[in-house]
Amino acid sequence: MVTLSIADLAIAALLVLLLALLSLRQRAGISRQLLIAALRTAIQLTLIGLVLKTLFANAQLGWVTLLALVMLLIAGREVMVRQERRFTGWWGYAVGTVSMFLSSFAVTVFALVVILGSDPWYAPQYAIPLLGMLLGNTMNGIAIAMDRLTSVAWERRNVIEARLMLGERADRAVADLRVQAVRSGMIPIINAMAAAGVVSLPGMMTGQILAGAPPVEAVKYQILIMFLIAVGTGLGTLAAVTIGSRHLFDERQRLCLERLRSVN
Amino acid sequence: MSKTPPLLQIKNLQRLTLGPLSLDVDAGDCVCISGPSGTGKSLLLRAIADLDPHEGQVWLGNRSCIATPPDEWRTAVGLLPPESSWWLPRVLEHFHDGVPVPLDHVGLTTEILDKPVSQLSSGERQRLALLRLLSNRPRVLLLDEPTANLDPENTRRIEEVVMEYRREHDAAIIWVSHDSEQIKRIANRHFELIDGELREQEMEWLAWLH
Repeated sequence: MVTLSIADLAIAALLVLLLALLSLRQRAGISRQLLIAALRTAIQLTLIGLVLKTLFANAQLGWVTLLALVMLLIAGREVMVRQERRFTGWWGYAVGTVSMFLSSFAVTVFALVVILGSDPWYAPQYAIPLLGMLLGNTMNGIAIAMDRLTSVAWERRNVIEARLMLGERADRAVADLRVQAVRSGMIPIINAMAAAGVVSLPGMMTGQILAGAPPVEAVKYQILIMFLIAVGTGLGTLAAVTIGSRHLFDERQRLCLERLRSVN
Repeated sequence: MSKTPPLLQIKNLQRLTLGPLSLDVDAGDCVCISGPSGTGKSLLLRAIADLDPHEGQVWLGNRSCIATPPDEWRTAVGLLPPESSWWLPRVLEHFHDGVPVPLDHVGLTTEILDKPVSQLSSGERQRLALLRLLSNRPRVLLLDEPTANLDPENTRRIEEVVMEYRREHDAAIIWVSHDSEQIKRIANRHFELIDGELREQEMEWLAWLH
């Protein structure tokens, strides 16, 4: 395995710097964003590297749980800020976070205990990367699905209310909306699975191969991860859309769009 | 012998600037409500249909709104909004139990049922929306300016269909209208909604008797 020196990274950083200069001359207006994002990558990954190093040295359930919770809360915030119309108050944060907790944590623990059988089951070098990949993808699916649900509910409020006026139950009046939302949340992972190995070489597998793992072993892990991501994203999206679509109505099945607020 | 209760009883209904107001509507009544725009006529109908949160009580016969599942309530107390909404491609798909009234009564033909909704005029949509609502067999009809965008001929047709439905099913009607001629034709009671209060107006045929 070829290990990387600081100088190697500096050369790559120089390339990013050159790109920033180039876009500055083109007046593309993204040099600043590019540099800040690159800097964030370097700092955040270095920090998580140090955190993981420490964590691996003290593989206690408490510390693993703490890091997992921090990751969950950050992902929950990310889901919230990606929605143009979000629920007011705690709900805006809770719908996505609770759904991610239910799906990502359940799937991760299941994979650790039943499939991987690592010892102990919470061994951080398995638990944290697995949870990270699940959270990252579930977060995407839930954010897309919730954004879709709330924005379409807003656009089609007249239709939803017309259906209520005709005596339909609230869950029927938004049934097609829920299908749309779940579908749009699931499409990215379905596309990723369909294109895997043909169009794209997934990052995790590539990383393992670069680190010297035999390709067939790396592929097996990648297949496992993809399946887990699909299940996690699907369950999380279903949970978020179910909770969210109920919260669009009150106990008398009235459409409560005042529970949504528009950002921008 | 105890008197049978009114079909629809509204007791101290309050919603935003509206009310508290009370109103009894008997089976077979057609109550017209008029008033300047923005006084909350639509809000009143929406509250009666339980589409907006409100205070006070609404009773249908001896069942209160709050004790009735919301979908049952809205089936029995049907609201026709000023603009109709359609969500499936074709007209017929919106009718679960068939069309309740022969289409020629509202100046339409059966071919219209297979048309895409996008090809209909607003008048055609409004007439079909009324039929769609009637197919639920509501006990009470809440009509929010149902003929505002219709020509005189189609206005008459809508009036006739509603009056026929009222006779056949002994339904109660609350009809929001700005047209004083229309009110004379259809109403047996008339209220004006001013400053959130309902004020009963003398019907003109009564005035004429004096």
